[in-house]
Amino acid sequence: MAALRPAGDFDRTYEQDMSVIRRPWQWVALAIGMLLVLTAPRWANAYMVTTANRIFYTIIAVQGLNVLVGYTGQISLGQAAFMLVGGYASALLTTRLGLPFPLAIPAAGLTAGLVGLLFGLPSLRVKGFYLAMATLAAQFIIPWATRHLFPDLLGGASGRIDAPVPVILGISFGETTNYYYLSLITLIITTVLVLNISRSRLGRALVSVRDNDLAAELLGVNLFSYKLRAFFIASFLAGVAGALKAHSQRGVGTEFGYGLQESIIMLGMLVIGGLGTNLGPFLGVTMVILLEDLAGVTGQTLAKLFPSQAARFLTSFRPIFFGLVLMLFLIFEPRGLSHRWQTFKAAWRLRPFAR
Amino acid sequence: MNWQLVPQQFVTGVLNGGIIAIIALGIVLIYRSSEVFNFSHGQLVMWGAFLTWWFAGAEENGSEIFNLPLWGAIPLAVLVMAGMGLVIERLALRPMTGQPLLAIVLMTLGLAQFLEGAAAIVFGIQPKNNFPAPFSPSDVIQIPFPGAFNDTIIVKQALLATAVVAILAAVIFMLYFQYTRTGLAMRATSEDHELARGVGINVPRVFGLSWAIAGIIATVGGVLLATVTGVSLSLATVALIAFPAILLGGLESFPGAIVGGLLVGLASALVQASSVQVVRSTSEIAPYILLLIVLLIRPEGLFGEKRIERV
Repeated sequence: MAALRPAGDFDRTYEQDMSVIRRPWQWVALAIGMLLVLTAPRWANAYMVTTANRIFYTIIAVQGLNVLVGYTGQISLGQAAFMLVGGYASALLTTRLGLPFPLAIPAAGLTAGLVGLLFGLPSLRVKGFYLAMATLAAQFIIPWATRHLFPDLLGGASGRIDAPVPVILGISFGETTNYYYLSLITLIITTVLVLNISRSRLGRALVSVRDNDLAAELLGVNLFSYKLRAFFIASFLAGVAGALKAHSQRGVGTEFGYGLQESIIMLGMLVIGGLGTNLGPFLGVTMVILLEDLAGVTGQTLAKLFPSQAARFLTSFRPIFFGLVLMLFLIFEPRGLSHRWQTFKAAWRLRPFAR
Repeated sequence: MNWQLVPQQFVTGVLNGGIIAIIALGIVLIYRSSEVFNFSHGQLVMWGAFLTWWFAGAEENGSEIFNLPLWGAIPLAVLVMAGMGLVIERLALRPMTGQPLLAIVLMTLGLAQFLEGAAAIVFGIQPKNNFPAPFSPSDVIQIPFPGAFNDTIIVKQALLATAVVAILAAVIFMLYFQYTRTGLAMRATSEDHELARGVGINVPRVFGLSWAIAGIIATVGGVLLATVTGVSLSLATVALIAFPAILLGGLESFPGAIVGGLLVGLASALVQASSVQVVRSTSEIAPYILLLIVLLIRPEGLFGEKRIERV
């Protein structure tokens, strides 16, 4: 990574160059951070643990979106629909086939990935805005399919099926405090996965497709195969996230959202966090989810102050806050929070010489 | 196929297509002048309808400020919406000039969210069924047609008026873009901002103007739509069906928007004449299936310019 470093500070070996954690203090920071996160259910209250759980699985979905939108530059408005596929796959595999849970999550990712490949096919013919419309079609067709096809299997018009409480090695993950660890471990795995994708041949090829697809093709990047891989990774991670969300909410289906709104919010999270950076999904998801909770509190407070008009306040601050913050970010900080963090770090490192 | 239902569904589809077409027109208008694909047009349509309703003094609890007849409320709403278009262009879209497509798409999506929430706060979340419509939904024309269900085709007057207004608007816009100075300036701007500026076109003014016109046409669409369905927050979702219509007709073509709208309306109406339950239920996604087919076979749409970048 092209981080700004003081003069004379360079890597001597390949291992050093490729290492993610470079300094002793970073090991210490990681250890303290992990300790805090791992013991969180001990010291944090129920609200914090629940919210953290929600943040974790949303980050996984947004990481997928980041590979597709941030690295490969293909606009997708269908991420929530692929989460729905993953949720259904996991719920059905665990209840109908009795698949153990650790296998059901990757299987759900795989199912969503294959469906994603199907809707990624138009990306071979069209790009930019037209591709966004193709994924928008996925966002409408998939939830429709869950409501109208195979009603015995997918719940039909009720728009939901139950997802069982995951049990691994006799440990039940019914409690939110337990489920928190499940999401956390999955998040760590996907983070390593995405980090390594972005640092390897695959990631560089994807970035080259984004920056200039003609030049990428001339350099020997097969657009056909790499775009499909990006779609597969994006929907795979959406599927994993969908599976986690489904089991945490004990059910899956259009009843639980998974609409265009969610897809838009995930895109917004990505932009607010920073497109094409590995830190982006973490910052963006955390910020937007906390913002949504703040909007909920604002709405409830106003509803209490003006009880006669309660209905109009309760739900409307969420879209207002989100839309406003997204627009402000696009105008004033289009590279997102992670860029802000980078400039802050650079300023700190070069202190007192540069700002 | 339930052939008895086909004539009725055909007529309904064409007329519903008229509404979709008039919403599509507003999106095409902005696209043609500034190459911004406006995902918030549905919310503008909703605001237009709500403002008309509000100016007409139809607030339930009687605390109305305005109490105009419909012919007074519509021009006022049109005026406010034109101003709103100008403000949106100035505050939200002008800083985005030259930004990548994703940023502009997200900007209009964020705008859509904001407008939706704001409408909920200003006008409340309950659907309003007391829109002072020029036609009531029960005003119908019955046309005898042998072979149809009950040998008659029922045509809602409101739908008929909508279709007529949509076609009129399309013709006016086509003439406007073909023959007037500002229309030509808009077309030139959409081709190339720099060159347009070079020949002396005030590019920011053109953008502002096109957003103002889009606000006006959104109000017209909103009023027509509200006549058929009443005013509610869900009016905005109708615009989601306008997107496939636009791609079907070609992004840059006014007649394309009309034809696309009609085709989409027809597609979602005709599947309802099927005797198979699953096919009937595809009514809501038929436009998107059509869209996927068009994208794969003819990405530039029926009337679009063959300029789209293929990969």
